[in-house]
Amino acid sequence: MENLFNIFVKSIFVDNLVFSTFLGMCSYLAVSKTVKTSTGLGIAVVFVLTITVPVNYLLENYILKQGALSWLNSSFADVDLSFLSFIMFIAVIASMVQLVEMIIEKYSPTLYSQLGIFLPLIAVNCAILGGSLFMQQKQFNTIGEATVYGFGSGIGWLFAIITLAAIREKLTYSNVPAPLRGLGITFIVTGLMAMAFMGFMGIKL
Amino acid sequence: MKNIEPLFSKNNLKLITNPISKDNPITVQVIGICSALAVTAQIKPAVIMTFSVMFVLALSNVIISFLRKTIPSRIRIIVQLTVVASLVIIVNELLKAYFFDVSKQLSVFVGLIITNCIIMGRLEAFALTNKPWLAFLDGIGNSLGYGVLLIIVSFFRELLGSGTIWGFQVIPECFYNLGYENNGLMILPPMALITIGIIIWIQRSKNKNLIEEK
Repeated sequence: MENLFNIFVKSIFVDNLVFSTFLGMCSYLAVSKTVKTSTGLGIAVVFVLTITVPVNYLLENYILKQGALSWLNSSFADVDLSFLSFIMFIAVIASMVQLVEMIIEKYSPTLYSQLGIFLPLIAVNCAILGGSLFMQQKQFNTIGEATVYGFGSGIGWLFAIITLAAIREKLTYSNVPAPLRGLGITFIVTGLMAMAFMGFMGIKL
Repeated sequence: MKNIEPLFSKNNLKLITNPISKDNPITVQVIGICSALAVTAQIKPAVIMTFSVMFVLALSNVIISFLRKTIPSRIRIIVQLTVVASLVIIVNELLKAYFFDVSKQLSVFVGLIITNCIIMGRLEAFALTNKPWLAFLDGIGNSLGYGVLLIIVSFFRELLGSGTIWGFQVIPECFYNLGYENNGLMILPPMALITIGIIIWIQRSKNKNLIEEK
């Protein structure tokens, strides 16, 4: 339990996807104009990450890793399919996004219309593939840890995009030098936020 | 008979030169930022990343452009992802075989070329509607524009952050004896964002057309 909580807090604050590894930057910059839309996108990211990371964990540990196929037949013990991981992960992500889209459309039309075009676009958001690739690198012991990691990273991303959107809403009333307007000042604001987040570095629970 | 346009006509060359300055993928089109920030702590990984992106972008642009009339538009994203992912696997295996230390440094960011928005963005915006040769030039041009920015950012970060360029010490020992110190903050993530912010500032104050409306 303690271990899971540690992974959760770490993935939100210390290894925040946006501030320490710059994942999902494109949509982070493009969609963060208002708090409302960025909340929608953030929730969709949390949703998809929480589903795809554990699925890819199973895929990695029971099919792709060296020796992972030995549960089928002991003669497969030295088969190493890990070079296929990129294409398998992205296929899982694309199909999961499609599935999630269909399920939400059936059971919660209001949420579906709120998320709108963001859902299909999530398949190509690098935060999602990044979550799975970091999961592969960190080599978690149980599927529970992987799920908590996926959920925590999603929450960290949601947190980052809502904060930036709130700052940008205020920024429209301030007098920014003309060449910095829009994109430039957003970069600098994100840089300052990342500096603040560095204060969490080295936290151990 | 219709005149056949020469391979390197003025219009075709524009596809290469525009993305380097006034239509730069990172500072103007705002695509492909994730990796631009993460691999720029030193010049060497930045250059290798540029070549990897160039390989993937140019080839996937050509392949998608050849297939553009046969791909049903509903499943085009999956087709594009499959083509790009296969090319990225090739790049990853090549890097592991010939540049093992750099590939360790780039870690997951080689894999993340798949979802780099620069690739999907150019495939959607250009390759799906243009002929293969034009798509090839567009791919080269955009990855050059991406590379130029990566190299500028990594030059400043490596010089100020560790006092080296391409791994060679350029700031002489006597400076350190006089009390000069490397700015450790330049190597950390936040300064990558701020450096790009400053580059955008400089570019837009030179080219007033790019300034955003209030």
